[in-house]
Amino acid sequence: MFNYNFRWAQALNSLPQMLEGALVTMEIAILSMAVGIVVAIFLTVFRLSGQRVLAAVATIWVEVARNTPALFQIYMVHFGLGSFGIHLSPYLSLLIGITFNNAGYLAENFRGALKAIPDTQTRAARSLGMSAGQAFANVVMPQMLRISFLPMTNQMVWAILMTSLGAVVAMNTDLYGVTSDLNARTFRTFELFAIAAVIFYLITKAITLAARLLAARLFRY
Amino acid sequence: MIEIENVRKSFGPLEVLKGINLTVQKGEVLTVIGGSGSGKSTLLTCINGLEPIDSGRILVDGIEVHAKTTDLNKLRRKIGIVFQQWNAFPHLTVVENVMLAQVKVLKRSKAEAEAEAVRQLKHVGLSDKLNVYPSRLSGGQQQRMAIARALAMSPDYMLFDEVTSALDPQLVGEVLDTLRMLASEGMTMICVTHEMKFAREVSDRVAFFDKGVMAEIAPPEELFGAPKDPELRKFLAATH
Repeated sequence: MFNYNFRWAQALNSLPQMLEGALVTMEIAILSMAVGIVVAIFLTVFRLSGQRVLAAVATIWVEVARNTPALFQIYMVHFGLGSFGIHLSPYLSLLIGITFNNAGYLAENFRGALKAIPDTQTRAARSLGMSAGQAFANVVMPQMLRISFLPMTNQMVWAILMTSLGAVVAMNTDLYGVTSDLNARTFRTFELFAIAAVIFYLITKAITLAARLLAARLFRY
Repeated sequence: MIEIENVRKSFGPLEVLKGINLTVQKGEVLTVIGGSGSGKSTLLTCINGLEPIDSGRILVDGIEVHAKTTDLNKLRRKIGIVFQQWNAFPHLTVVENVMLAQVKVLKRSKAEAEAEAVRQLKHVGLSDKLNVYPSRLSGGQQQRMAIARALAMSPDYMLFDEVTSALDPQLVGEVLDTLRMLASEGMTMICVTHEMKFAREVSDRVAFFDKGVMAEIAPPEELFGAPKDPELRKFLAATH
């Protein structure tokens, strides 16, 4: 039963390929976060706008993103849109799927953060002659992003881990995809996935650390 | 000139302003006194259009504040307001707090805005705090910063809404000194306050509000020396 022979050296030969995959994973996570934050800000503004249609769009987005599996979301982008003749590459499907998920979660975080900012901040800004948009962009939003910084870090970690869901759309250039392909060819299953797990772990730890350093630089108040 | 004509305002079933008529001339210092819930603070927020009114009208330099066609953002540049809660922007340094609206609203260059901010902060005695964050300031200092922030917009009118009420007693003096200085410089001011001594000293006229009605308005020596309204008499007896 336990006659599995570890061949770490053989598995480690694949390390350069796996690290390349890790770069793709980071690229997708970073892009999906960057776009996700911007979209989440829009969703937040939609919900504040009092425009019923925009608010409904934002609410549905947030509800779907947070209450259905991320795997379904990615699957729908690839195969769901595929049913309508919109064929996206696995890379793009994964990126869009994770971005959709990020934006939904972040918008909800932003909503929570807004509750912590007193209305009097907006009042003070408006009384200085700022428009509603100027007050939001210059006074409320910076504070909202600061309060949401920790949840944003969590979401970034989650985005890294979600890239492995690319498996359902046959994504094969990210860390999980590369590892999976190597496994299919060499059957060094335990070693390869253990190495991949360590790489995932190191990436997420690095992100948490970087976020902490960034926070110390950005938020001096 | 600020003209308030028969202004009524309710919050739900509660009528907080029951037909206020009042004119404030350029250069005048008017203080408004009265118990809590008398409508005096609401009146200030109506003057700069932060609160809608139910009927009547308010004219600032002949512009009707609550008319649909009035550009409130533009009108508010004329009218500075400082609140009981000073509302410092916590993510900006003191000088940035004072610069922000100048840059965004008045479209001043950063250099111009900074020069003006430094000038105003010096004016209120905060020149040694330019680059600290508001969390490092005392309440009185934050309140003076809020005053500088409003003054940097070069307003024609200043409204002060119980600006010392949230301060520790030992910090009240520094803020009142700032207001006295402004009054002596000829700023047109409406101050809602509980500081009777201050009201007596700086005001051209004092108005007493009671339950949404302006019960009495007179020069301070007259209003404090020979109050006519029975509620005002009670109020003064209780605050002395």
